Amino acid sequence: MAEKVIYVMYDDEEVLKDGAKALVSKGIKIAEVFSPFPIHGIDPIIGIKNTRLGIMAFLYGLTGLMLATVGMRFFMVTDWPMNIGGKPNFSYLENMLAFVPVTFEFTVLCAAHGMAITYLLVNKTLPGMPAQNPDPRTTDDRFVMEIRLSDNLQSSEKEIDAIIENTGFVEIDKKEIK
Amino acid sequence: MQKEAAIREPLILGHKSYHDVTEDVCRPIEDKAPRMWYILFGIALIIALYGIGCIVYLLGTGIGVWGLNKTIGWAWDITNFVWWVGIGHAGTLISAVLLLFRQKWRMAINRSAEAMTIFAVFMAGLFPLIHMGRLWVGYWVLPLPNQFGSLWVNFNSPLLWDVFAISTYLSVSLVFWYIGLIPDFATIRDRAKKPVSKKMYSILSFGWSGRAKHWNRFETVSLVLAGLATPLVFSVHSIVSFDFATSIVPGWHTTIFPPYFVAGAVFSGFAMVQTLLLVMRKAMGLEAYIHTKHIEYMNIVIMVTGSIVGTAYITELFISWYSGVEYEAYAFLNRATGPYWWAYWSMMTCNVISPQLMWIRKLRRSLLFTFFISIVVNIGMWFERYVIIVTSIHRDYLPSAWSMHYPSHIDIGVYIGTIGIFFVFFLLFARYFPVLALNEIKTILKGSGQSYKEAPDYHKHH
Repeated sequence: MAEKVIYVMYDDEEVLKDGAKALVSKGIKIAEVFSPFPIHGIDPIIGIKNTRLGIMAFLYGLTGLMLATVGMRFFMVTDWPMNIGGKPNFSYLENMLAFVPVTFEFTVLCAAHGMAITYLLVNKTLPGMPAQNPDPRTTDDRFVMEIRLSDNLQSSEKEIDAIIENTGFVEIDKKEIK
Repeated sequence: MQKEAAIREPLILGHKSYHDVTEDVCRPIEDKAPRMWYILFGIALIIALYGIGCIVYLLGTGIGVWGLNKTIGWAWDITNFVWWVGIGHAGTLISAVLLLFRQKWRMAINRSAEAMTIFAVFMAGLFPLIHMGRLWVGYWVLPLPNQFGSLWVNFNSPLLWDVFAISTYLSVSLVFWYIGLIPDFATIRDRAKKPVSKKMYSILSFGWSGRAKHWNRFETVSLVLAGLATPLVFSVHSIVSFDFATSIVPGWHTTIFPPYFVAGAVFSGFAMVQTLLLVMRKAMGLEAYIHTKHIEYMNIVIMVTGSIVGTAYITELFISWYSGVEYEAYAFLNRATGPYWWAYWSMMTCNVISPQLMWIRKLRRSLLFTFFISIVVNIGMWFERYVIIVTSIHRDYLPSAWSMHYPSHIDIGVYIGTIGIFFVFFLLFARYFPVLALNEIKTILKGSGQSYKEAPDYHKHH
């Protein structure tokens, strides 16, 4: 079923934020905001939850820490206790200090790359993906709010238009999308 | 929007709108390259090709073509390695540490400083690889299962720690840099008119659309990566210093090395950033974004880290005497008064005296003087590594083995060549990549832009 979407364009992020507040206070759901840079304070207004990528980074870091520990214990203690100056590595703990640098580096390696890859995947931003911003100017100096009629069945299109009218927008565009 | 004190100098001069920021950064990419770019690129390319020629000759013949001998087994190769890694440190410091400290002036310089970091670490990584002599077995430094028996790399060795540190540092810096670049590539993509460049920037921008949720994630990822990169940058040069500090060579066997190397790295890195940016801002017309205040901030960092380095030099001298170890004392006496006295005193002049001139406000705000000092510091920091490495080993415990190091033309060719390769990369970056984090700049425009700060209603409360 084709769906009607309203794109409201602003030339200032503060005006968009005030407009979004006005719309939300009337019970209108804003589906998406496109902007050239992060608009601080927009997330709670349009109901975006904070990302959990930080937690993921911690978990990836833990994985790295564990892999490094298990790996070095196997290489340096179990499989071949390397004899350096007549002091072979017979126990992990007694030799742990020498393993700290690599453990740290590997933890950072896993945390950083794990998080970066997850970030690209959840964003669905990957090489070759098509751009999805409704107007090319949204990566320059325009800010666009997307309102879907199907999200707002309680209000008619006219009612929504009436609220948008007073928010100081610069352009409005309505599209049928599939 | 975050407001700041009226006495703070604005970070963006003149009256700029969001669109002006986009225009100013994208225009040099979209316009034809100026003649000067081709000239510089040509020179850099010739030097790079000469360097590659030297490397190929070295690989074909063996590292005997370097001026090393049985006493001096490490000289220009490791000097250049440490020099390049050190230069790399400024980029991460600017983009990660200054992000954690919420220093807004970083936004004008972080992109190009990070590019410099990545290219510098490429150059650094080249030296240990070619030093192996057999480049094609370079993967032997990784703990891979193999058929040589139970043969693993030695995790107790600082040289192996270095492998992990440098490769982590390089790849994490690369990712951090690229994640910041994606939204800016999207801006160029949406402006591109020619189909080829549209396609290229479309691939590079990964389909970035600037959704609110994506920006939310973007900011968290930047913050967490900065938090990870901050201890990383300190660990990398600490580990580089362990290459020397964990040995028993007098002059290397020093506990002061890790902080001293890190300070030296930041010192030389900022000097290189100054050298590059002073030319770039002029050539690309970015004076409104990178202006005297930014240069001054960087000069203050140079002054502080230069003072730390100076203190470390003097502490080393004092401790070598105070320790009562005669070998240690001789190593330092020999540095200052032995056959390499000229290298030692060049280092002292360039690294201890020159940054102290930055206490004078007029000098640290002078662009010409800054450019001159930035070159002096880079020369001084090269000599620092040369002094530490060569003068410590050229006269060891056995006087019959004492020797001097004379670089061969391959030593010099490889070193000069890496400078050429570095500039080839940097010039390509300046030509095709957004050299300012343009979308980040827009977030501080209203808070730190000159015309906004001078507007009458700026200090009114909302």
